[in-house]
Amino acid sequence: MSQHTVKAFDEDITRLRGLIAEMGGLAELAVQQSLEALINGDLTLAAAVVERDKKIDALEIEVDAMAVRTLALRAPMADDLREIIAALKIGGVLERIGDYAKNIAKRSGRIEGRSRFEPLTLLPAMGEIAIEMVHDVLTAYAARDPVVAREVIERDAKVDAFYDSIFRNLVSHMVENPATISSAAQLLFVARNLERIGDHATNVAEMVHYAAVGSYPLDIER
Amino acid sequence: MLDNPQDTAPAFAGAAAEPQPEEASAPKMSARDVCVYYGDKQAIDHVSIDVHTEHVTAFIGPSGCGKSTFLRSMNRMNDTIPSARVTGTIELDGEDIHSSGMDVVQLRARVGMVFQKPNPFPKSIFDNIAYGPRIHGLAESKGEIEAIVEKSLRRAGLWDEVKDRLADSGTALSGGQQQRLCIARAIAVDPEVILMDEPCSALDPIATAKIEELIDELKGRYAIVIVTHSMQQAARVSQRTAFFHLGKVVEYGHTSDIFTNPREVRTKDYITGRYG
Repeated sequence: MSQHTVKAFDEDITRLRGLIAEMGGLAELAVQQSLEALINGDLTLAAAVVERDKKIDALEIEVDAMAVRTLALRAPMADDLREIIAALKIGGVLERIGDYAKNIAKRSGRIEGRSRFEPLTLLPAMGEIAIEMVHDVLTAYAARDPVVAREVIERDAKVDAFYDSIFRNLVSHMVENPATISSAAQLLFVARNLERIGDHATNVAEMVHYAAVGSYPLDIER
Repeated sequence: MLDNPQDTAPAFAGAAAEPQPEEASAPKMSARDVCVYYGDKQAIDHVSIDVHTEHVTAFIGPSGCGKSTFLRSMNRMNDTIPSARVTGTIELDGEDIHSSGMDVVQLRARVGMVFQKPNPFPKSIFDNIAYGPRIHGLAESKGEIEAIVEKSLRRAGLWDEVKDRLADSGTALSGGQQQRLCIARAIAVDPEVILMDEPCSALDPIATAKIEELIDELKGRYAIVIVTHSMQQAARVSQRTAFFHLGKVVEYGHTSDIFTNPREVRTKDYITGRYG
């Protein structure tokens, strides 16, 4: 993309994109490590995820301030305007993804009898897709690539299918093993959080598409 | 959906007839293949544009792109420049403004103009407004003239500020008031089209806001064409925007599209401040 006559404007946009990339990297790491902590019962790692969420929150505030300042000072138009509106919204969504990861991490200590608790094995595959979606949507953002953004949106159906399957699985498990209801209920919430993370990655992908080409990919069935 | 506007942008060079934004009603003014030359120098290169009543059409573009020249050709203001030559057709309600039957004085009454710098006559506020209707024979009696003056000043949003001092000189008003006086003067002869050449560039933000508010009110009655260097102003006041560059119309479309998702790279570069 060619440069603005006012170079400080380019610097503002670069900085804003850098903040989003940093937030995205932290959010992706948080989802990944929260699952690790959950599966392995690693409370130290879980605590680290919870602690690091503060950084994501702080970055969101910085993104907001930067976007508002740029809107006020530069009165951006066309793709610049879309870029900044997208950054503003993406910042909010990434913050939510961070919150879901934090929520998963907090549940790490509430699973009992981990080694014998078979439903735990259901979650990693689902988590992997959700994490990939977050990862790929950040790649799409960095490259302003609407094609990759579309692929992310299309992948959300897989996460939804996983959720349905895990939900049924957990419910039957609870019926058969009432003693594990408390742990299984925790996993229901985790699955729900992963499903929401997939939705949020989809929202980010829509904004990436919008920023890149000026329209939402409304033709994709969800 | 995947269209990257940069990939699908049609080459604008040599585009004879710009696609016009779709519109149900017939255009008030219609320009086709208009070229304007100053001596040997070509200032406008095959421009085709429709403007409609109840719409504000904005012309944007860098200095020297021809937008003011084109605006001035819409009421034959370029006739006053000896070296200027216009080819192509410009129609007002389907009638060629260059046809022999077109009275240029009458044309300029129907297609009024407001300039960059407020230029009231060095006469009273009253006479500034009354002058046009008098010479065009729109009013006979004193009462009729007074009615036109009041109506015009009201429409221009100036009546309450000047009603007690109509005999004062027009030049004694503030810049913003003078510009509204000029708009009132243009309105007084009951025009159909109002051309505005950077009407706010000499005004402070508050006077500018008043003019923009006025443009919004006036658009219900007239076809308004405004040349402006303020992108935000074009975005705020207009429904259609044409981007001029090097004498051609690069892109003409709905203002909302031009400013959020322009088709042409040149338009985008200009409005986002990446020009040259």
